[in-house]
Amino acid sequence: MTPILLIEQVLNGLQFGVMLFLMAAGLTLIFGVMGLINLAHGSLYMIGAFAAAAVAGATGSFALGLAAALAAAAAAGALVEVAVIRRLYRAAHLDQVLATFALILIFSEGTRWAFGSFPLFLDIPAALSGPVTLPGGIEYPRYRLALIGAGLAVAVGLWWLTTRTRLGLRIRAGAEDREMVAALGVDIRTLYTVVFALGAALAGLAGALVGAIQSVQVGMGEPVLILAFVVIVIGGIGSIRGAFVGALLVGLTDTLGGLLLPDLLALFMENGAATQAGSALASMSVYLLMAAVLIWRPAGLFGRPA
Amino acid sequence: MRLPEGWVTAAALALLPAVALWAWAADEPFTITLATRAAILALAAVGLNVALGIGGLVSLGHAVFFGIGGYAMGILAFHAQTYAPLEIGPLTIAGTRSMPLIWLVATAASALVAWLIGLLSLRTSGIYFIMITLAFGQMAFYFAISWTAYGGEDGLSIYVRNGFPGLNTLVPIQFFALCCAVLLLAVALQWRLRASGFGLALDAARQAPARVEAAGLSPRRLKLAAFVLSGALTGLAGALFADLNRFVSPSMFSWQLSGELIVLIVLGGTGRLAGPVIGAALFVALEHWLGGLTEFWLVWLGAILLGIVLFARGGVVGLLTGRAGPHV
Amino acid sequence: MSEVLAADGLTKRFGALLASDGVSIDVRAGEIHAVIGPNGAGKSTLIAQISGALAPDAGTVRLNGADVTRWSVARRAKAGLARTFQVSALALEATAEENVMLGALGRDGGLRHRTARNAALRDAARAALDRVGLAARGTPASDLSHGQRRQLEVAVALAQRPRLFLMDEPMAGLGAEGTRRLTPLLDGLRAEAPILLVEHDMDAVFALADRITVLVAGRAIATGTPSAIRADADVRAAYLGDG
Repeated sequence: MTPILLIEQVLNGLQFGVMLFLMAAGLTLIFGVMGLINLAHGSLYMIGAFAAAAVAGATGSFALGLAAALAAAAAAGALVEVAVIRRLYRAAHLDQVLATFALILIFSEGTRWAFGSFPLFLDIPAALSGPVTLPGGIEYPRYRLALIGAGLAVAVGLWWLTTRTRLGLRIRAGAEDREMVAALGVDIRTLYTVVFALGAALAGLAGALVGAIQSVQVGMGEPVLILAFVVIVIGGIGSIRGAFVGALLVGLTDTLGGLLLPDLLALFMENGAATQAGSALASMSVYLLMAAVLIWRPAGLFGRPA
Repeated sequence: MRLPEGWVTAAALALLPAVALWAWAADEPFTITLATRAAILALAAVGLNVALGIGGLVSLGHAVFFGIGGYAMGILAFHAQTYAPLEIGPLTIAGTRSMPLIWLVATAASALVAWLIGLLSLRTSGIYFIMITLAFGQMAFYFAISWTAYGGEDGLSIYVRNGFPGLNTLVPIQFFALCCAVLLLAVALQWRLRASGFGLALDAARQAPARVEAAGLSPRRLKLAAFVLSGALTGLAGALFADLNRFVSPSMFSWQLSGELIVLIVLGGTGRLAGPVIGAALFVALEHWLGGLTEFWLVWLGAILLGIVLFARGGVVGLLTGRAGPHV
Repeated sequence: MSEVLAADGLTKRFGALLASDGVSIDVRAGEIHAVIGPNGAGKSTLIAQISGALAPDAGTVRLNGADVTRWSVARRAKAGLARTFQVSALALEATAEENVMLGALGRDGGLRHRTARNAALRDAARAALDRVGLAARGTPASDLSHGQRRQLEVAVALAQRPRLFLMDEPMAGLGAEGTRRLTPLLDGLRAEAPILLVEHDMDAVFALADRITVLVAGRAIATGTPSAIRADADVRAAYLGDG
């Protein structure tokens, strides 16, 4: 394995990680503030991707597609929050699981209804297509590099929002003690809707950004959702910092596991078997990481112990 | 309505055999297959109900055990049908076409994996537990996909249904009778469990773990035992399901299936003896009926589910008996 | 005098707060030893360390001579420690009788057997319910009044046939009438097993206790008979606000 390949894969891992962060940040925020487990978060990711693909396809503008993704996912999030989610905050986890599972069915089949079963494609904008040459002579796709930049920018923005703004103060206070915040005259219902829409917009953004390097299709959200859950379990529920660290860990583990494990196993067994076992193990590596964290720190890296 | 729960249970248990017998008399083998499918899904849901309905463990990864049961059947039958023994280190296993043997392997393997997953995921509770079981489910799914020796993504076809001593399992009504008998045994086991001291303690561990611990019992151990038993039953259902379709694939491990198993239980009535059976029968009926009306029947299933969660806690059994079930 | 419980030098720190500061307390056979103190004195922390819910930073807990400091809650319970909770911890969907059976199950086992056919279990449960005077055996705990739930708490502990009761504010929220009913019951219990009683109701404490320990800001400032405690200058100064 060459160093160049390794650096490329590290960058791929980072890119995957920051996109996971966009998903996990919304989930962990929604759980931290409202105590809700939202399985339908993957649907919002899918809605973002479809909106971007449809609008970009019609107008030819990637930027308009992105704007549409943000708007559509935020709107869908706000709508769902007002119509359904709002009734679930005090409900048992089982009810939350079922209701949001029902939302997945409705969103997925509804999208299939509207767009058919064939995947859509979203083109990378011309300005970001092609490779860029990094120091050391490594050629790397410009768009993927832009994704890393966008993800990091959102992470900084979220940090700023939650620690430096009045909305962030209210969000953090709402997570600590909702009665107190309500007593202080903050409209908690609106706050919840805003937080949910914000999380939805992040998911939609991730869907749109990733939609340009993968096909846009029904069911694309759930595998990402489950990995985002792994990220949250590793990082600790409710912690945005944990979501960031967890996302990068998961992104890197997933990408590098597939690269390194077959080589690593080849030291111990014959080549064919090593490739087999390596690829099987690589597909599990993220989950093994989660298991290790659970043994070491059941509440996650940045979670508060129960 | 306020029907006694015993009647509802008896009626529910009589429902599937009645439908199957009618279909047999009317020579409608497809309906028998539907009833068999319902019986097997009900068995899987009975398994989940032990963990979820009594123990309060919202496992969103029970497809793992369903899949393990399925692959236990697939692998053993595959080696029998290709006459290529399975070699694990120094061990050589010939494979088998015998259902009882397959069931034994399926339940043992599922129980072992349930023990491992339970050991890890019961270090946490609540929302963590849900996410972790879901994640382990996905792990098994990807493992099955990348395991090309047994078909990988395409799965494994088994050409002839496996045998059971004294029965011709290729005759639909006989295979149905077998599945239904296993289901009835499992329901009886669930009843016996609930009536035992273990059931009492497990039920209390869901509601007041601190009290159970103060009484000298470990809530975590009670829940782990329930999870293992639950996984074993769902694994057995997986083996039967694979034999019904004569096919196993990674989709048996999918998170959708885990979600659907929960849906079955809640449709019927969480924690209720007859809940899984009614839920499975209703699910298969809806799938068949709504699926015949529209390609997008899952939208309607989603809407029905939302309605049940928001307005009809307790599912069908809850509606019939006028009493909400245990609160999970 | 045989000590059933001997806690020695229990220390527990939460960040900057020293919740237990070298607390030593013992309970002898046949006595009721009450722990009193203002809110925030560390009574709950002390109970948690004795019951096993919280591991002390330093100090030991001995139960009937055995060092149980590292034992789990369940293991201590099996060794004869039965507790009641300040906020009732009951299986609300289960009947009163089923809740009490749970206490007996922990002691005798019988997890495999059908509870309905387990005569020993049922008899133990009914005897405990009779002792506390709770007639509503078949009623789900969720339908019991607050006072009845407090009685049920004691019945569950009784069914464990413990060697030591650990009672965390059994009178909480009972009112005068309820307290008057529960007082003679606790009074009679000490013959069976001694009681470590944490209680806010001073009338009950001074009526029941053989000895009283006063906890202030994490430290046991005095231990003695009720009359000695009444007269203790430190207690009057720190607790009653005199001086």
